[in-house]
Amino acid sequence: MVCDDNARLLHGYVDGELDLVRSLEIEEHLRGCPDCAQELRNQETLRKAFRASSLYERAPKGLEARVRASVASAASGNVVPISRSRRAVMNWFAVAAAILVALVLTWKMLPNLRGPSESDMLAEEVVASHIRSLQPNHLMDVQSTDQHTVKPWFNGKLDYSPPVKDLTADGFPLVGGRLDYVDHRNVAALIYKRNQHMINVYEWPDEPGDEKTARPKVIQGYNVVFWHSSGMYLCAVSDLNAGELRQFSQLLQQ
Amino acid sequence: MTDNMGGAGEPGRFEQVVMPHLDAAYNLARWLVRNPADAEDIVQESYLRAFKFFGGYQGGNARAWLLKIVRNTSYSFIEKRRPAELTEEFDEKIHVPEGDRADAETVLVQSVESRMLREALEELPVNFREALVYRELEGLSYKEIAELMDVPIGTVMSSLARGRTRLREALLRARGKEGIRGL
Repeated sequence: MVCDDNARLLHGYVDGELDLVRSLEIEEHLRGCPDCAQELRNQETLRKAFRASSLYERAPKGLEARVRASVASAASGNVVPISRSRRAVMNWFAVAAAILVALVLTWKMLPNLRGPSESDMLAEEVVASHIRSLQPNHLMDVQSTDQHTVKPWFNGKLDYSPPVKDLTADGFPLVGGRLDYVDHRNVAALIYKRNQHMINVYEWPDEPGDEKTARPKVIQGYNVVFWHSSGMYLCAVSDLNAGELRQFSQLLQQ
Repeated sequence: MTDNMGGAGEPGRFEQVVMPHLDAAYNLARWLVRNPADAEDIVQESYLRAFKFFGGYQGGNARAWLLKIVRNTSYSFIEKRRPAELTEEFDEKIHVPEGDRADAETVLVQSVESRMLREALEELPVNFREALVYRELEGLSYKEIAELMDVPIGTVMSSLARGRTRLREALLRARGKEGIRGL
């Protein structure tokens, strides 16, 4: 069949992995070949089905604790046997290592034991706003994947112009924007998507002398990251895993 | 202190770099071995290996680094327990009828139920399933997939093409069985 080769390339095309020349060739071919055009529609339907599905398998409860425990015990128990006389000394090192692991883990939990700081309250506020935004019909005021539509929409609604960046090419498509109220002021909220995860990004101007947090937080299972960038304070919230959310924030900062 | 832990580096940094990718690790293991309990064991073993080899982690994409370990651990597991699954990929002719390209005319259903998609994906041979999990669930690029699977990028594209074709056949069959007619 003449189309066999094109059929394979069609997948590269659907996945956005072809170079410009090949993409144009495929588009040209699609105009003249109803079979391949149908095939493209089929691929798009399948892809939509994946997006809408709940096939992603999250780690079950308890696995994290189990993994931590086994790593901690490996860290403390994994003593390299040397000579007998030194071994006794090394065992003490093993004990010290175990204590260090315990200390590190306790330190991680310490913020929960202290009262809520200002940054905790801010984080809780944006998480609450994020959850509210996911309720039906709350997500977007302006629905557009075009940064040049979303940015001007904020004109006249805010006393600053929020930076709006399109990250579709990096797998974080922009889906819209919303006006929200955080930290006692009106702020711009931008909505991005990663597979089936929604990400809310809140942006407002840095205030001079204001030293807001830049430490990532986890609240009610949502990851929150903060950063400062060219005079703005930004904060992203999502149920996306911490690693990818950090990657996302770094892309926004570039 | 560091030497005492087999050169594995301090646990704090390991925690920060590798721990956030627990879901990705589990998702991959779960789809490769198709069993929750085995997937948990594989994730635990993979994290132990990751901890041991953490000294060799050069920075860069920690998720890909961890996924590679999970992948290797999963395949060793399958090799030991169910080696027949690994040869399945070569029997392609059995499943794909002659002249199958004709199904370009078959319109895929408008809405595919999540459950049907899950069953169809679970039934795919492991290498097609793996490529689809990377692409559709983890959103990895062809280049990242090629590095993980240790194959050329062209092979990634072919695996995805074949995997998707089979997936669609399975969906159409399942649909036929349930007696729903699409467009």
